Amino acid sequence: MVELVWLIPMLPLLGFLILLITGHLLGEPRAGWVATAFAGASFIATLIVLVGLLGKDSHAGGRSYEFVLFEWLPAGSLKVEAGFLLDPLSITMALFVTGVGALIHLYSIGYMHGDEKYSKFFLYLNLFLFSMLMLVFGNNLVVTFLGWEGVGACSYFLISFWHRRESAATAGKKAFVTNRVGDWGFMIATFAIWSALGTVTYTEIANSPAMSAATGTAVSLLLFVAAAGKSAQLPLYVWLPDAMEGPTPVSAMVHAATMVTSGVYLLVRMNNVLTDDALLVIAVIGATTALFAALCAVAQHDIKRVLAYSTVSQLGYMFLAIGSGAYVAAIFHVITHAFFKALLFLGSGSVIHGMHDEQDMRKMGALRIAMPITGATFIIGWLAIAGVPPFAGFWSKDEILLAAWEQKNIGPLLWVVGLVTALLTAYYMSRQVILVFFGDQRWDDDVHPHESSWTMTTPLCVLAVAAAAGGAINLPLVKDWLVLEHFLEPIFHHPHHFSSGTATKIALAVISVAAGLIGISIAVLSWMKRRIPTDRLEPEFLENAMYVDSSYARVVGGPGTTGFQKTADFDRRIVDGGVNGLARAVMKLGQLIQPTQSGYMRNYAVGVALGALAILVVLAWGLL
Amino acid sequence: MATQSVLAFVGPSVNWWALLPQMILLGAALLIMLVSALAPKQTSTPFVTVTTMCAAITSYIVATGLWNDVQRDGPSSSIASAFGIDGFSIFFTMLILVALAATALLSHGYLDKEGIDAPEFHALLLCSAAGAIVMASANDLVVMFIGLEALSIGLYVMIAMHDRRQEARESAIKYFVLGAFSSAFLLYGIALTYGATGSTNLIHIRDYLGAVVFRDQHLLMAAMALLLVGLSFKVAAAPFHFWAPDVYQGAPSPVTGWMASVAKAAGFAALLRIFFAAFASHRIDWTPIVSVLAAVTLVVGAVMAILQNDVKRMLAFSSVSHAGYVLIAVQAATDQGTAAALFYLFTYTFMVLGTFAVVGAMGRDDDHPLANYAGLGRSRPVLAIGFTILLLAQAGIPTTSGFVAKFQVIAAAVNNKNYVLAGLAMITAVVGAFMYLRIVMAMYVDNEEQKSSVPSWHWSTKVVVIAMVGFTLLAGLVPQFLIEFAEDAVPILIRG
Amino acid sequence: MSELLRSYLTVGIFGVAAIAMAGAMLTIARILRPQRPTPQKLIAYESGVDPVGGDWAQSQIRYYVFAVLFVLFDVEAVFIFPWATRLEVYGTFGLVEMAIFIFILVLGLFYAWRKGVLRWV
Repeated sequence: MVELVWLIPMLPLLGFLILLITGHLLGEPRAGWVATAFAGASFIATLIVLVGLLGKDSHAGGRSYEFVLFEWLPAGSLKVEAGFLLDPLSITMALFVTGVGALIHLYSIGYMHGDEKYSKFFLYLNLFLFSMLMLVFGNNLVVTFLGWEGVGACSYFLISFWHRRESAATAGKKAFVTNRVGDWGFMIATFAIWSALGTVTYTEIANSPAMSAATGTAVSLLLFVAAAGKSAQLPLYVWLPDAMEGPTPVSAMVHAATMVTSGVYLLVRMNNVLTDDALLVIAVIGATTALFAALCAVAQHDIKRVLAYSTVSQLGYMFLAIGSGAYVAAIFHVITHAFFKALLFLGSGSVIHGMHDEQDMRKMGALRIAMPITGATFIIGWLAIAGVPPFAGFWSKDEILLAAWEQKNIGPLLWVVGLVTALLTAYYMSRQVILVFFGDQRWDDDVHPHESSWTMTTPLCVLAVAAAAGGAINLPLVKDWLVLEHFLEPIFHHPHHFSSGTATKIALAVISVAAGLIGISIAVLSWMKRRIPTDRLEPEFLENAMYVDSSYARVVGGPGTTGFQKTADFDRRIVDGGVNGLARAVMKLGQLIQPTQSGYMRNYAVGVALGALAILVVLAWGLL
Repeated sequence: MATQSVLAFVGPSVNWWALLPQMILLGAALLIMLVSALAPKQTSTPFVTVTTMCAAITSYIVATGLWNDVQRDGPSSSIASAFGIDGFSIFFTMLILVALAATALLSHGYLDKEGIDAPEFHALLLCSAAGAIVMASANDLVVMFIGLEALSIGLYVMIAMHDRRQEARESAIKYFVLGAFSSAFLLYGIALTYGATGSTNLIHIRDYLGAVVFRDQHLLMAAMALLLVGLSFKVAAAPFHFWAPDVYQGAPSPVTGWMASVAKAAGFAALLRIFFAAFASHRIDWTPIVSVLAAVTLVVGAVMAILQNDVKRMLAFSSVSHAGYVLIAVQAATDQGTAAALFYLFTYTFMVLGTFAVVGAMGRDDDHPLANYAGLGRSRPVLAIGFTILLLAQAGIPTTSGFVAKFQVIAAAVNNKNYVLAGLAMITAVVGAFMYLRIVMAMYVDNEEQKSSVPSWHWSTKVVVIAMVGFTLLAGLVPQFLIEFAEDAVPILIRG
Repeated sequence: MSELLRSYLTVGIFGVAAIAMAGAMLTIARILRPQRPTPQKLIAYESGVDPVGGDWAQSQIRYYVFAVLFVLFDVEAVFIFPWATRLEVYGTFGLVEMAIFIFILVLGLFYAWRKGVLRWV
């Protein structure tokens, strides 16, 4: 059954092609159903392959399969194949990518109702799913990069889907430019790995001898630059909050559940290349991002921007886990985060839909009555992200905090940052839930909030179940219950094991739960009971995300422009000068030989005769 | 009784099965002429197009069967070893049939639009295709010459068929006179080869040259030089390329596509068969000349293309520079180089047919200023993208077949330690890319004033463009199958 | 004298003989015939057409078509002659071959006729 792996990415591609050709004929809602069917089929294919893979012996690489379709670029010693790598890591990623993806497809059928570019939206979604699966299943860096660029392109298309809106177009452009920096890192890292190890295939990289410390660290950091671009880490995070200009299902799928976690996937996939020095940098930046973004989320008014900053913050957690060497914890959090963040985004989409495109939380309130299903599922998502046991978020976050605590160099400090972030997370999410679903009605009289259709609420319910119970795939209570860890273990060179005793573990867990509860309490006191004045809780400084974004803009506009101007001058004088010189030389040469093209047959015949004579003479010359 | 058995005529054995592809084409040509002569009214264009397409497809199926036979039983030859049945000949048969089908489709819309007599055009096209196949398959210089003339005479008339247009007649006369001129060189070359080796059969020539050491090679050298001149003219290599821009510009666009793809491919087929296969033992003598030809062709093609303002002339010079790339592969005189040349020709056929399909659909043939293409990106977005892909493929941009083709050609030169030529190829590729990008830019620059009315496109044009673009991308993304196909088609001379 | 040149000697002798013969005939005629010249008789012979006007004269395209057809069938006859001399040896095979050849030729002529090429308009 594992041979069917090629079906997983090909089904969305097929859907894409069908929509490409017949999309405008299908129209609404058939185009949506077609796309959903292919996404669902892809999920079923993933399940089948998973069953096949589980049937194999887990020892000694028994669950790693490479399927080479064809040799793609035979370029001298560099041999790039187009092939799939099926192993526990890729199937795990594929499982939630297709699962969550299919649900979001279903949700979009209702959400995109009445949009003039209805079928095009689903076309992009299917293309995105295909690219994401290529990224996950690629058996070498180049194929992954292809998927990487593919998801990027789909992301830009989808962010600026409503391109008539100025802000959407700008946001798409911003995402594109920021991601280029990351792509640059990816490309340089690929070349560096090739020159150091002579291969770009994952299985061969995994079996190669270690690179020298300096090269290894450089490659690791370049890979991290790539990951930071795609996964919105400091300082390249700025595009993600703006990416909320896209339709909400896109925010849920591309910018929360799947694409933004591809940076995490890349680092986990390359785990044996990462050096300790690089890991420390990754841990510090991850923790800083987590804290920074959580602070920013505290003061947002837009329902989706809160979730966007929250996503950045949660991604910071994942990088903190990677930096601490706990790759399984990172993947675990990727999965649980996909569940609850997709749920929250889809819930917010349902709210926006019900409120007729109102996104400002100050104009909501008490929506739990008008939108019971959305309210209930959103609350489950909130409990999951806030780290309340036994919801999914608690288990993965707890594991990350434990890993941070055990980090060799600055463990306790990282743990404290993580803990503060957990507290803030609980606070801002509670604030959001209260502002949206509780309190007084603050919307205008002409707005009539209503519950969404079944195609939208069904995914919410499914995801709510997953967000509630998703932790079950890796429960730390009994060693045998660590299903995910045992499943993923074969792909790691140095499996991570927690060294702390049971008492420490329980103490840390209690503290993190307490932090979550404190965050919730503060929110309840200030936003529900109004015991704490709320006007100081939303400082402008945080609302504007500490002015990072605007200072980028100012640097680019101010001193940056001067720098760019200088570069442009250099380019114009030296580079262009050279190129223009060459171009002029070419033109001169052309003008020199142009008269031969006179249009007169007799002259052409003379040319042929002279050429023949020249060849004859040269050949005869060779004989003399 | 005895006398009778002496007198009884025993002809050479003929493998009719192997001759079937071109016999089907000739049969279709005769059928079209017969029907058009018998029919009381004007014969309808759809009928002839369908007949030609059916002939092309049937031939292709037969060729596929032949290919499998050759792969299984090995190559052979027939009719007293004058006609090769090997991977090489079937490779070119398939290439020519693809071009035939595409040209038939393109002319479908074109002939009606321009009021040209369809049956005559198609009959000539079919004869021309049969001639090209014979030329690529011939193991004998005389047979090769017959094929070349069948190919060329059909072409001369097809160019001139647009009899209301001065330019078409002018270019037909130019091509005819210069073609006859170069044929004379070729014939003289054949005669001298016969003088030097005692045969016109390539197998005999190879064996003779391999066995005999000449005391005095002048005759052979002169023969090689003249053969090279004659074939260089057909493939439009500099300095025998002068006719190309004028003729390409004046000829009806479907015919230009046919000329650029098939005449060039058949010319290279003959060149490879004669020089790579038959003159293999004297490669030291001919490779330097061919590499000089390649260098001159590359430079002239790229440089002159930049100076043009007419799209058809640009593409004519681009076709000259493509000949230069193939010559690079030819001069390597290795199996790798020859496979690269075959790969190049196959992919080039698709690119150039698609390109001239677009050019032909862009309006009357009188002139094709670049300005006509302004705003095409807006008025015909899908086809503009297709045209862009085809042009980028000609420029050799990665993910298109053109990149793989150029890459392999340059790799062949590098493996042959001919770094100068490899470097020159890369430089001219850059210079040439500028010209293609100029056309692409023109399409996407919005120029409200110059937005000329773009005529509606016939469905057959769209089919051809889409098919050619599809193949160009396919061969660029997964070139392996085509690389293997080309490697299996390297020419070998086998006595039948 | 080399073998090659000796074989060309025959050609040379032929040439000399031809010139001598033609010269002899013209000379004898000149001696024997009566001479009464008129201006009409002294005009260069151009198939009965008066050689007047410039040299850039247009000629009828109709001649051209017939000339082409004539050359065509003339050349094809060249193929048939050697075949005819060996007809018995070739047997049925030769007969079928030539039938096909002539069929194609007739088809061409038929086509030309149907397309009105043979009509003198």
